[in-house]
Amino acid sequence: MYREALREAIDEEMARNDLVFIIGEGIAERGGSYKVTEGLLDKYGSLRVRDTPIAEAGMIGVGVGAAIAGARPIVEILYVDFAMLGMDMIVNQAAKFRLMTGGDGRVPFVMRTQGGTGGGVAAQHSQSLEALFYHIPGLKVVMPSTPADAKGLLKYAMRQDDPVMFLEHKHLYMTKGMVPDGEHIIEFGKGDIKRSGTDVTLIAWSNMIPRSLEAAAELAEQGISVEVIDPRTLVPLDREMILQSVSKTKRAVIVQEANRRGGIASDIASIIQEEAFWDLDAPVEIVAGLDIPVPFNLTLEAASVPQKPDIVAAVKRCIHQDNYSAAAE
Amino acid sequence: MAKKSSASNAYSREFLEKIFRTAHKIRVFETEGIKLYRQGLIRGYFHPYLGQEGIATGVCAALSEGDYIASTHRGHGHCIAWGADVKKMVAELLQKDTGYCKGYGGSMHIADISVGNLGANGIVGAGTPLGVGAALANQIRGSDAVTVTFSTDGATNNGTFLESLNLAAIWNLNYVLVVENNQYAVSTPIEESTREPDLYKRGLGIGVESHQVDGNDPLAVYEIMRQAVETCRKGKGPVLIEAKTFRHMGHHVNDPGKYMPEDRLTYYKQRDPVDRARKALKDMSDISDGEIDAIEAEIAAEFEAAVEFSKNSGEVSIEDFRAFAADY
Repeated sequence: MYREALREAIDEEMARNDLVFIIGEGIAERGGSYKVTEGLLDKYGSLRVRDTPIAEAGMIGVGVGAAIAGARPIVEILYVDFAMLGMDMIVNQAAKFRLMTGGDGRVPFVMRTQGGTGGGVAAQHSQSLEALFYHIPGLKVVMPSTPADAKGLLKYAMRQDDPVMFLEHKHLYMTKGMVPDGEHIIEFGKGDIKRSGTDVTLIAWSNMIPRSLEAAAELAEQGISVEVIDPRTLVPLDREMILQSVSKTKRAVIVQEANRRGGIASDIASIIQEEAFWDLDAPVEIVAGLDIPVPFNLTLEAASVPQKPDIVAAVKRCIHQDNYSAAAE
Repeated sequence: MAKKSSASNAYSREFLEKIFRTAHKIRVFETEGIKLYRQGLIRGYFHPYLGQEGIATGVCAALSEGDYIASTHRGHGHCIAWGADVKKMVAELLQKDTGYCKGYGGSMHIADISVGNLGANGIVGAGTPLGVGAALANQIRGSDAVTVTFSTDGATNNGTFLESLNLAAIWNLNYVLVVENNQYAVSTPIEESTREPDLYKRGLGIGVESHQVDGNDPLAVYEIMRQAVETCRKGKGPVLIEAKTFRHMGHHVNDPGKYMPEDRLTYYKQRDPVDRARKALKDMSDISDGEIDAIEAEIAAEFEAAVEFSKNSGEVSIEDFRAFAADY
């Protein structure tokens, strides 16, 4: 399971390096709200696995300071929504320290948190805020969709030297999947093809991957071959993989759970139009959340973010565009 | 570092000379730096530490190699007291690639992590959690190093003050928070910012050993800091020290500081920390006036050489900058 894969990554890295430690709310004795850190307190002790008061600015800042001073902290923030309390430390301190020191200062800081909709936890516990971090130079943004990716990317995050926003999804913790045995590390900036196809490239990440795969399966039954690609890290972004796939399929649909305005999908669309405009047979489609806070009511919550039918419809529009242009010729 | 000799109030000449040298060097750096600023050689912001020299001087004299400091936007004095190279500081202010940050940081961001200087900071209150983080890193690696954050009265009204000092307290970190209470948050007087202007009392409320000291008396600061360091190394940290002081001018070079009442400014100028360091050296050692003049001449020459060095230095090339950006 996703959460076990994350635990394995932390466990292995703590065993490997005494300077790795983890702090967060309810992560020690209780093992974390999503059970990711269960058992680590017994194994590594209260020096390296510790609970914090509810003080996000303080704990993120302390993590950043520890990283600057050479330790390898993981700070677990219960919800990405709560990371907003620590934005100064992320944006003004962690992201800028390397530049401000002329390149000498490094900040090997990992903030693990989770976002996304699911289960009616309402507007302040359901956001997808990756675009905020994506916009800030100096931050790495990681959004694993599978247990194997979660483990490999978290291990890499804990070995590299820049601040990492490691954004999990509350719906993925219980998902199952194979995780390779032995040392399993995934470098940042290397995307993964989750399903090969020839007609349309579907770009998604985090919880939109399982949803896109369901949509692709349904479309396959209708004779449409969808290639689903997962950048896995949004910063750095595997542009090459995206452009290669688009040049093959000639069509791109980008799916993000976050609301549309100022989102990462728009940025990826601009990259595609700049770099692969002459390869395209149809305009790039974006399927995104509505520009509104996430409501509590479960029907409305579902209506506020992309669902399988929305993805299927977007892919069909993309194909249909092509038919239009063919008919016009 | 030089240590106090056994009898109380009896300091070695070496120690007193070091205190005076540090305080005076900060005074010269700021006074001459302001001239360079007015000549247009230094751009951006310049927040002078004039009037507050006693604090950085006294605090750093009680620290040892391996300890850490974090600073504020008014950070030149902390760097100098920590032993920074004036050449690399001036070069940084002049945007040169020989500066501490190759000209990428400037006055508000001078840092040198190789010697435990976590850096100045453009965000008021940010040095507190960063310093506590360094103290936490040292606890985890089993070091008895002490980390000091130089902070400000303005920062005590920021949420990070409570959040970080409380973390340091529950984790018993080797951490000293030095609140330089210069009584102004930019232009807002302390009386308008809090109902309790004795800021050390804030620490007491969360179970932190807290003291108040005359920040214009370098030796008093040194004494209280020495005790704080001892407390920390015994595992009984953190400690909060409020050091009362007053700026000699406005918030930055271009702020005339007209809101600062003349009588209070006079009061503090009569208790000038650099004068007191000089007087202590004269009164408590056998140094002659000529020898003091020689120290002052040496420091003046050091600054002049730093300016010369900086003027002859180059800047980061656009090509190198672009390569850095591509890798950022």
